[in-house]
Amino acid sequence: MSEVVKANLAGNTELHSRAHSPEVAAAKARRWGAFYYAEQVLRVMKGYSWSIIMYSVGHPVAYLFAMGVGLATLVDSQGAGAFGGVGYVTFVAPALVVSAAVMTAANEFTFPVMDGFKWRRTYYGPHASPLTPQQIAAGHIMAVTLRFLLQSGVYFAAVALFGAAPGGWGWVTILVATLAGLSFGLPLMAYAASITEDKGQFALVMRFIVMPLFLFSGTFFPLDSLPLAVRWIGWISPIWHGTELGRVFSYGYQEPPLLTILHAAVLVGLAVLGWFLTRRQFAARMGQ
Amino acid sequence: MHNKATVSSGAAAGAVQPAAEPHTEAHPTVIRAENLTKTYGDVAAVDGISFSVPAGESFGLLGPNGAGKSTTMKMIGGVTRRTSGNLHIMGLDPDTHGPEVRAHLGVVPQQDNLDEELRVRDNLLVYGRYFGLPMSYLKPKADELLEFAQLTDKAKSKVDALSGGMKRRLTIARSLINEPRILLLDEPTTGLDPQARHILWDRLFRLKEQGVTLILTTHYMDEAEQLCDRLIVVDKGRIMAEGSPVQLIREHSTREVVELRFGSERNTTISAELEGIGERLEVLPDRVLIYAHDGEAALEQVASRGLRPLTSLVRRSSLEDVFLRLTGRSLVE
Repeated sequence: MSEVVKANLAGNTELHSRAHSPEVAAAKARRWGAFYYAEQVLRVMKGYSWSIIMYSVGHPVAYLFAMGVGLATLVDSQGAGAFGGVGYVTFVAPALVVSAAVMTAANEFTFPVMDGFKWRRTYYGPHASPLTPQQIAAGHIMAVTLRFLLQSGVYFAAVALFGAAPGGWGWVTILVATLAGLSFGLPLMAYAASITEDKGQFALVMRFIVMPLFLFSGTFFPLDSLPLAVRWIGWISPIWHGTELGRVFSYGYQEPPLLTILHAAVLVGLAVLGWFLTRRQFAARMGQ
Repeated sequence: MHNKATVSSGAAAGAVQPAAEPHTEAHPTVIRAENLTKTYGDVAAVDGISFSVPAGESFGLLGPNGAGKSTTMKMIGGVTRRTSGNLHIMGLDPDTHGPEVRAHLGVVPQQDNLDEELRVRDNLLVYGRYFGLPMSYLKPKADELLEFAQLTDKAKSKVDALSGGMKRRLTIARSLINEPRILLLDEPTTGLDPQARHILWDRLFRLKEQGVTLILTTHYMDEAEQLCDRLIVVDKGRIMAEGSPVQLIREHSTREVVELRFGSERNTTISAELEGIGERLEVLPDRVLIYAHDGEAALEQVASRGLRPLTSLVRRSSLEDVFLRLTGRSLVE
C-alpha cells in the first residue's frame, strides 16, 4: 500500500494530498535525518565548489612542486639518511595530505557552526522540522567528512603523480587524513558550538593552534630533531599522529607496532570525544 | 476531546466582524496545554497557562513583546522543553515525541532563518527533504508553493535579493512543504509594510479556508481581529482573557471610544472636567479616551461643557482597548 493511501486511510491528510503522513515523515527522519541534513550542507558547499576544487588541486600541486623541485633537491643532496632512507618529497607527502585535512577542518567546523547558531541561524530551520539537534550535528559532520575524503583523494593522486607514494598501501593515507581531520575538527566543533559571541576566536585558533601544529608536528622534519621543550606539541597533535600513521602506510616507515596502534587510538579517541561533546553542546543549545 | 472551549456566535449590535462559528464535535482538539510553565532561572517567561485548540480554528496569542508568546510557540513547536505542566499536540507530548510532533507542524519563526546561500526554490526542496519527502513530490510541490507565495519569477534568485515581505512569504511557503494541518506563525507580519501585510493576510486566510489550524502570535490588534477566531490575551506569562475578538471587546470595553487630544500638557489636568461623560475614562500621555456606548453623544457632552480638544475622533472599540483595560498598558510601546 502506498504511503499516500495509508495516510489517507489514517485520516491525516486530505484526499488530494500527496505528501506522506506525519507519522511516515517522523519515522523517516528518525532513521535518515542526519543524511537529510548532510544533503543540505553539500548543496551549500556546491555553491562554493569552485573554491573547494581550486583548493583541493592547487594546494597539493603548489606544495609538492615547492618541496619536490625546490627544497628536495637541496635536502636530498645531503643524503637521505635523515629521512629513513626515502626522498624528501616521499617523507613530507603524508604530512601534507594530513595537514591539508586538518586545515580544512579548522574552516568547516568553525565559521559554518557560528553561522548555524548565530549569524544566519541556519540550524534553526531544520530544528523546527522532525530533525533532532544531534542529527543536525551528525549531518554537518558527514558532509565535511565527504569533503575530507574527496580532497585527500585528490591530494593523494597528486602525491602519486609526483612518485612520492612508493608502497601499495599509500591510498590508506586518504582515510588517515580524514580521521585526522575529524580528530582535530570535532573537539573544535564542540568549542565553536559553545561560542555565543564572536570575538575573533577562530582567527586565534588558526594562528596559535593550527599553525604551530602544522610546523611542529614532524611535518617537514622528524619530530625527534626538535628539542624536548617543544616536542610535546607533536605528541598532542593530531597532525603528528596522522602523519606518522600515513608514513607507515605510504612508504613503510619503521616504528614499533605499539606506537602505530597508539597513533590510531589517539586519533579515534579525540574524534569520539569531540563527537560526544558536540552532540551534548548542540542538544543543550537548541533545547533551551 | 469533550471539554473544548466553545465560543458563542451571537452577533452583538455593532459587531466589528462576524463572530467565530461554534466548535462542534467534528473538530477534535489538536493542541491542549494545561498549566504550561517555562522558567529561565528565576524568571517565569510562561507562568501556568492553559488552553486548547480544536482542528481548523485560527487561534491567536495577543500580547506585548516579552509576554511569553514566542516561548509558548517554541514549546508547542517541540523545540523548547517546558519546565512544568502538560502539553499535547495531536495527542503527543513534544518532550518525548519531538520528531513526531514536529512532523505534524509547519513553522514560521519570528526571525527568518532561510538558507541565504541557496536559491529560492532550493530552500523549499531542501526543507522538504527534512521530512523525508521524495524529489518526485517536492519538485511540483515547490512550484505550487512558489505560485501560492507569488514568488514564481524569483524561483532562481538568491534569497539575499528578496525584500522583507518576499522572505516572509518564502518562509511561509517553506512551512507548507509537508502539507501540515497545523501552522505555527510567530509574529508573521512584524516589520512588514502595510501592503506586504495585506498580501500575507490574504494567503493565511486561504489556508484557513482550507481547514488548516493556525496558531499565531501578534502584538498587532488589527492582525488578531482579521485572522483569529479566538484568542488569548497574554501579559507577563499569564492569560488575561480569552474569547473571540468580538466577545472580548464586548466584555471588556464599550461599543465606541472617543479619542480627545488637548495637547500633552493639558491631557491630565483636563480629565477632571470630563468626569461623568461615558462609562469610563482613560488618560494616556498623548490623549484622553472616553469609553461610551454612543460616541457622538459623548462628544456633544464634551462640547457642551465648553471644552475644545485640538482633535477628536469617534471610533469602534478594538482589542487595543481590551488590552489597555486588562493591563493598564498599551500593546505597542
